[in-house]
Parts: sequence; C-alpha cells; structure tokens
Amino acid sequence: MLIRLDDIRRTYQVGTVSVNALAGLSFGIAAGEFVAIMGPSGSGKTTLMNIIGCLDRPSSGSYILDGSDVASLDDDRQAELRNRKIGFVFQSFNLLPRMTALKNVEVPLHYANVPAADRRDRAVKMLEAVGLADRRSHRPNELSGGQQQRVAIARALVTTPTLLLADEPTGNLDTSSGREIMALFQQLNEKGVTIVMVTHEQEIAEYAKRTIRLRDGKIESDETRTP
Amino acid sequence: MNILEAVTEAVEALYASKLRSALTMLGVVIGVAAVILLVAVGEGARNYITGELSGLGSNIIIITPGKLETKGGFGAYPVGTTHKLTLNDAEALDRRAHTLNGVAPIVLGTMTVKFMNLSRNTTVIGTWPEFQQVRNLHVEIGDFVSREDVDAHRRVVVLGRKVKEQLFADADPLGSLVTIGDYRYRVVGIMQKKGHQLGIDIDDVVFIPVTSGQELFDTDSLFEILVQAKEGGDRLYLAERDIKDIIIHRHANREDFTVTSQSALMETTGNILNILTYVLAGIAGISLVVGGVGIMNIMLVSVKERTREVGIRKALGAKQRDILRQFLIESIIISLSGGIVGILVGGGIALSLPLIFPSLPMTVSTWSVVTAFTFSFFVGIFFGVYPARQASKLDPIEALRYE
Repeated sequence: MLIRLDDIRRTYQVGTVSVNALAGLSFGIAAGEFVAIMGPSGSGKTTLMNIIGCLDRPSSGSYILDGSDVASLDDDRQAELRNRKIGFVFQSFNLLPRMTALKNVEVPLHYANVPAADRRDRAVKMLEAVGLADRRSHRPNELSGGQQQRVAIARALVTTPTLLLADEPTGNLDTSSGREIMALFQQLNEKGVTIVMVTHEQEIAEYAKRTIRLRDGKIESDETRTP
Repeated sequence: MNILEAVTEAVEALYASKLRSALTMLGVVIGVAAVILLVAVGEGARNYITGELSGLGSNIIIITPGKLETKGGFGAYPVGTTHKLTLNDAEALDRRAHTLNGVAPIVLGTMTVKFMNLSRNTTVIGTWPEFQQVRNLHVEIGDFVSREDVDAHRRVVVLGRKVKEQLFADADPLGSLVTIGDYRYRVVGIMQKKGHQLGIDIDDVVFIPVTSGQELFDTDSLFEILVQAKEGGDRLYLAERDIKDIIIHRHANREDFTVTSQSALMETTGNILNILTYVLAGIAGISLVVGGVGIMNIMLVSVKERTREVGIRKALGAKQRDILRQFLIESIIISLSGGIVGILVGGGIALSLPLIFPSLPMTVSTWSVVTAFTFSFFVGIFFGVYPARQASKLDPIEALRYE
C-alpha cells in the first residue's frame, strides 16, 4: 500500500463547539491507482485532501505515506515530504504570477536543492511532457486556463512524486480544456503515476478507476470500476 | 537554493513593485546620506580647527596668569590671590630655561590707530623680537621691534598688512608717525601677509615694544607669555616643568598661573569636536531608523499581499527557513542598496559643497562610510526579521485559501 489511513479523525474547534470534519475513516491506496474522492460540500473532502497532502495533521488515527508515519512529523519534515512525495494540482492553478512557466516548474526543485542546470533540464522535459515546450518563457497571465493547469501539472510531477494530489483540477476550466486535462491524467496514470483527485462532478470522477464517496466525515461508498 | 539565486529572485520580486521599493529605499538613502553628510561637517570642522591650531606655530606653550583648572572639576575658577605675570617672569624664563627655544611676553588691547585723517580700530600687541620666531610671523619690510626698542621704551610700531593698506594704501609708511591712544609711534616695519587663523585676521594688528605697550595700556603686568619649546621627544614635558619651576619660585612658591600646551589645547578641542560629530551622527541615525521602520511597514504589507504565494511555496516544499530567508533577503537588499545610494549621494554632496562654498570644511571619512553601510545592513535585518518571521509562520492551508 502506498497510502494507509487508519481511523482518521479531524476535529476543529469553532468557538466552543467542536466540529468533526472527519469522523473516523480508514482506507488504503495502492501504487498506480487513480482515485476520485467525491461528496457534497461539508462532507470532509478538503480536510481529507489536506491530511493526505501533509498540509494538516489528523486529530487522531494513523496515516502512513510510503512507509513513513506522517502524523508524528514536525512542520519541516512534513515540508520535505510534500516536496519529495506529493505533487499538488489546485483548482485555481496557483502558479506564481511573476515567473515564467519554466521558472514555475523549477520551484519545487529549488526546495529539493537540485543544482541549477539539472533543474532546468528536468523542468524543460516536464513541460514537453505536458505539451507546452513552446510556452516555457510565457508568464501565467499569457497562458490560457488549460495551459496554466498543464504548467501546474508539470510542476507537480517534476520532482517525480509518489502521489499526484488534485483538488478540483477542472473546476476553473471549460469543458474541452477539462477533458484535455483529464486525458492527460489518464495518460500519466497509465505510465504509473498514482493520482488522488477531489471532485464533485460525476463526469470527471468517471475518468478515475476507483471512487470514494464521503458523507459527514465518513466513507459512504468505495467502488472500483472494472473495465 | 543558493544565495545568488535567492538574491536574484528577491531583486525580481522588488522589481515587480518598482515604485514602492524605490520609495522604501529612499527612506534609507536619506538616512545614510544624512549620516555621511553630517559626519562630514563635524569631521571637517574638527580638521579645520585642529589644523588652524597647529598653524599657530609648533611646540607652543601659553602661560596665563591665574590658576585655572582646565581638566576635571566643575569648570574653571581661580584659586587664592594671584601674582600677575610680569616682564621679569618672561626675562627669567628667557635666561634660565634651557629647554626653551624662545619666549615672547604679550600685552594686548584694542586701540584706534590714526594716520592723517584715516583711522582704524585694531589689535595692538606689545612684545619683543622672539615673538616672530615663536609665533612664526615675520616682518617683511623694515625691522621688527628690537631689544633696544624694548629696553628704551621706544615708541615704534610694526604694521600688519591690513592696517598698512587701510592707513597708507600704496604709500611707503616707513618713518611716518601714527597715533595710537595718546602717543605717537614711528613706523619701522611692515609684516608679511598671513590671512586668517581661527577666523581672526592676523594682518589686522600692529606690534609695539612690550614696555611701551605696558605704558599704553597703563599696566605693569602681562596678558600672557608665549613660549616655544625645543623640538623632539619629551621636550614639551620638560619645558613645562622648567617653566613651572622658574615661575613658582618667583611667585613665592605658589602656582598661580596656568601653563597650556598647544597639544593639550588641540586634544581638548579635538575631543569636544568629536563629541559634536557623534551627536550629529546620532541625529542623522534617527532618520536611518525611521527608514528602517519604513522597510518593516512595507515588508508587512508585502507579506500580506503575498500570503497566497507563501502558501503555494509551502505546499511545494518550502520550509520555514526558506520563506524567512526569502523575505529577509528582500529587506536587506532594500536597506543595503539604499545604503550604497545614500553613501554616493551623501558623499557626493559633501565633496561637491566645498566647490561651491570653499570656506566650508568637509571631510568624508572612511569610518563614517563603513559605519553607515554596516548600520544600514543591520537596519535591514532588524526591521526585516519580524515581517519575514510572520511570513514563515503562515499556515499553508490558510495561506492557500487567502484571496
């Protein structure tokens, strides 16, 4: 198992009331899977994403990512884990506006202390892989939404992470760009990239092989599609 | 990420908001330029005054009547009854002290000097020949006051250049009679032109024999005795000791006079002017601190604006120290480049002002440049740390959600 979550709970303190965003859920994801996490708003999707992405820690329960127990790590170790094992793709792309596409893709490699020349080579290759070799010196505001998301995917994958974590990756895109992005995801998954994707669109979720549905912080259903 | 890349990135970030960065930098520029400029004024004043003091002649010792405490205590005050300094004291020094090169008694006052229908209010100095050597002021035409003039109480006068020009214009004054007070004096010489020393026009003066000076001012004492010690080693110290021995003996074993050496005078004035320089630097330093507050202010705004960027960077693997370093480097770049520009501006003004106002003494010293530069560096760190820490402590989830 690449990911093993066991009785994960996450409680927020809102004033004097405590809210159970995640009320004890357990599942595992194997390497090479393509999983969609669905659920209505307030079901705990985002909280689960944050915990899987090492941006947050569970209040109780254990989370093993690629052999390391994430719940016990301090902020800097978590940052290292995010850098090496996880690639993020966000709904709003979250590219750094001042930098060119190429520089944006290089950012995670900076924090991995990759030497400059090597960094550039890898970023160029990654941009080629997402079909944007000719856009490398464009800034985000000179790119379409679909192109920006491709840059974001290149950035997420440039460190060759164990897991690609996507939060509503097509949420800000028109239908055709959305389809292109999902096609790219499937292509990447076929090459062995493990993908976990949060979405509330059934149509998008159908690109995944497995769908986990949440409701009130618990797993409502966990179905694997048999082709 | 190595330092060079971090600096390049910081410069790019600052360049993205050019006007704001430039204005923030301006605060530091003004602060540093003010430090350089005011220190240049202070140092210039010190160099000018000590230069003038050393121009009085070398190894000068001044003996004045009355014991004044010039160091320590609560200011200067005379103690007990005092003997006056007399011509006999000067003669005793001249005869007996072997450590001295020359002794010059001085009586002095302001009098009106008249020739025909022209007159000039000027300084009248009564002395004797060694004065020329001690004070390094020499006669150019004719003769200075001689020993015979002194012994015979002759009414002869040597004119300073200014007085000669005012009373005689281009005419030859030698042999003419001028009136000083109630007496008539024969002109026997004209001094070399010397210009100003310590703001005093030393050409605006006339010299007469010390004895006739005492008659003119109706006194039997001296204003002061100027002494030149022999060159080298601890001669100055030995000379002071000799002077004290001789005069104390003559004054019934009372030290009722004050011996001030030119070097002590220079040291004291130098110290006072140093304090002046530090005070000026301190005042200018305040504006540098204000510049630092400007940096802090703008960095706090910048951190707020770039909250999302911080969130993204953290999601991509930036640790706290990476974010801290990023923002700290930006504020250091602002303060350091502001410091460099400030040094150029302040130094430029300080060096070019004397070209316009030649009498204005300005000295740009290395220490003020180094201090201002170092200080601006630490201003950048000091006022940059808090905003940078704030950025580094941001929660990535909150930061990513920030609009």
